[in-house]
Amino acid sequence: MTDQEITMEKKSIFTPFNIISAIIIIVGLVLTYLRFTKGLGAVTNLDDTNPWGIWIGFDLLTGVALAAGGYVTAAAVEIFGMKKYHSAVRPAILTGFLGYSLVVFALLYDVGRPWRLPYPFFISQGVTSVMFEVGACVALYLTVLFLEFSPAALEWLGLKKLRSLIVKLTIALTILGVVLSTLHQSSLGAMFLLAPSKLHPLWYSPYLPVFFFVSSIAAGLSMVLFEGTLAHRHFRHKMDEAHLAEHDNLAFGFGKAAALVLAGYFAIKIFGIALGNNWHYLSTPYGLWFMLEMLGFVLLPCFLFAIGTRDRNARLIRVSAFITVFGIFLNRINITLIAFNWQLPWDERYFPSWMEIGISVFVVTVGLLVYRFIVTKMPILYEHPDYKQEH
Amino acid sequence: MTVSRRRFLEWVAAAGVGTAAASSAKAAHGEFSGYPDSYGVLFDATLCLGCRSCEKACNEVNKLPAPGKPFTDLTVFDEKRRTDYRTFTVVNRYNDTGADKPVYRKIQCNHCLEPACASACFVGAFKKTPEGAVEYDASVCVGCRYCIIACPFNIPAYEYNEALTPRVMKCTLCLPRLREGKLPGCVEACPVEALTFGRRKDLIAIAHEKIRKYPGRYIDHIYGQHEMGGTSWMYLSGVPYTKIDLRTDLGTTPAPEFTSGALAMVPMVIGLWPVLLGGIYKITQRKEKIADAERRQEVANAIAATQGEADAKARAAAEKFQKEKERAVDMAVKKALADADKEKGKEGE
Amino acid sequence: MTDSIHTLQEFMFHTKGILYILAIGFLIGFTWFWRFLHKYDREE
Repeated sequence: MTDQEITMEKKSIFTPFNIISAIIIIVGLVLTYLRFTKGLGAVTNLDDTNPWGIWIGFDLLTGVALAAGGYVTAAAVEIFGMKKYHSAVRPAILTGFLGYSLVVFALLYDVGRPWRLPYPFFISQGVTSVMFEVGACVALYLTVLFLEFSPAALEWLGLKKLRSLIVKLTIALTILGVVLSTLHQSSLGAMFLLAPSKLHPLWYSPYLPVFFFVSSIAAGLSMVLFEGTLAHRHFRHKMDEAHLAEHDNLAFGFGKAAALVLAGYFAIKIFGIALGNNWHYLSTPYGLWFMLEMLGFVLLPCFLFAIGTRDRNARLIRVSAFITVFGIFLNRINITLIAFNWQLPWDERYFPSWMEIGISVFVVTVGLLVYRFIVTKMPILYEHPDYKQEH
Repeated sequence: MTVSRRRFLEWVAAAGVGTAAASSAKAAHGEFSGYPDSYGVLFDATLCLGCRSCEKACNEVNKLPAPGKPFTDLTVFDEKRRTDYRTFTVVNRYNDTGADKPVYRKIQCNHCLEPACASACFVGAFKKTPEGAVEYDASVCVGCRYCIIACPFNIPAYEYNEALTPRVMKCTLCLPRLREGKLPGCVEACPVEALTFGRRKDLIAIAHEKIRKYPGRYIDHIYGQHEMGGTSWMYLSGVPYTKIDLRTDLGTTPAPEFTSGALAMVPMVIGLWPVLLGGIYKITQRKEKIADAERRQEVANAIAATQGEADAKARAAAEKFQKEKERAVDMAVKKALADADKEKGKEGE
Repeated sequence: MTDSIHTLQEFMFHTKGILYILAIGFLIGFTWFWRFLHKYDREE
């Protein structure tokens, strides 16, 4: 490709990504109109026996788990002092902030009366509900993430005084972020404790909150690596020296951590089966599906991370990160949709409608577009020249 | 609601002391005995004819939309139905029960003593009333449908086709009618008294009496007496309960207990995580400070060492220079003396 | 015996409400306590 062609390609806004995104956005807007004029029934395959679908299983549960990179990375750097990963903090916080924002955005579609979402906080507090706690923590954590993200925006806007004021809050925000994340990541699992008669015994356990919390750490680590891989490919020109230099070291460090966390997660899942004496379920079709999730998407990436770290193979680590991310998605979908209502005959089970999928894709696309805007305009992948003195 | 501290402490004391004097209507687990005079309904599956009068009455009393098929149409029994957005109660027919004729069972909200829906609702839209009904408040409902997830009996339905004002729909135990001293619509309509309304503790006594009087007729178990911690709507059956779609694997644990453990961890995390993390942060800071100080010390030592080396070198060089100078002077003196001697020798000849 | 709490649900509603308020209070109080403890570590 000649230099002229490259420059011309760069200038055109009609890239394949932009065209596809535009179509998705238009379809999404139409579906939005349908959702709010005809109701959930017209747009989803939800029914009285299956009230939650992919908007909860994917957009909410998977979204929250994958956005965990924010608190994990911030904790590693600010609390545990691993300064060498400093360049990964802002991208991770951004992914977290966007992730949680998208969760709230998707919730506006799923919930019957989204304008009443403030009700649990201001009108009638259902404090016996695990979901109340999830809502409160997510709302507070979104604020924390916004504050943690804001210095980048403030640097872009040149508001130095406000920016340095917020930076002073970093450690407090980080600690609060870990507290809130522990609570809501585990509580998303705890929500399903209320339905032991509906969730398959291999997935239901009194340890559900612990499973969700531990897996969120692995999810966060993997998502940071995954997002870093994608950013490296598409936004390399935005990255500064530090970011590029640390790219592989980040993989080795986070890969090692992920190997350990996944090993622990695998172990406690086994302990969970032992606690419930549910071994006999392993030889059923659901048991095979469970073992696929555990062996293919927990144990396998655990070993791939370990080998990649040991042999300094960054590429293997990135592949493992992708597998882990998918495994988290699989786990959350299993708990909300596949292993849920497992005793019902197949004709009473749920499968998403194309319109539900359309809205989910729309939500993710909006997130990608906002991410692209922020990453190209604000000091996320590079350090703003005026503030280079930090660290 | 407010409970004064004194009354609360009284309660705690009484809970420990009052077990002997407690009423017979105890919840399955622990100290909570529910509202003492709450009402309930007893359904006798051996009496139900499947006439659907109860369904019709419910529809009229609650002013629900007309159903797809009229209430006189008995072909609806050909498939298993459940409650939905316009149907608070349905009767299903069960053919393969082991009895010599079909058995009918009425499905509606069981008005649990410890409702899962109330525990689940994050806006407190469900309340167990003293009358016994589990009441739904549509004015705060956000429409999250967690109550539907939680209900072990799959009762609550949702108005999925309402765009802006969707509600959860379920049997109300005709609470407004109860407060007027009337019977629930279905109970009043039943022509064979398959439904008996009364105080829950009386219904249990009645049920036991029925079982005692007609031992071959009933399974010796009142469904709902202890299931999920006890329900206000209870059942008697001549065939195993699983045959009439009543799950016997739900256990007797009241729903709120399933999540109380996880919820109990919340204050623990809030109380301890900041301490732990703050402590780790301080340890990290201290380590960094020490590492920093050590590094600075090393640099200072290195500088001092190089300085010392340089000094030593300079001194050695100076000494060497001095020595060489002395030697050179010595040699020059020696040479001069030798030359002088030579000169002297030459002169002597 | 008080006539205000009859069910586990009511009990939990009462206790959890108090706990949430205490928890928020602790977070605020702890921030103060932390600053109190490290007053002389700060080079402000």
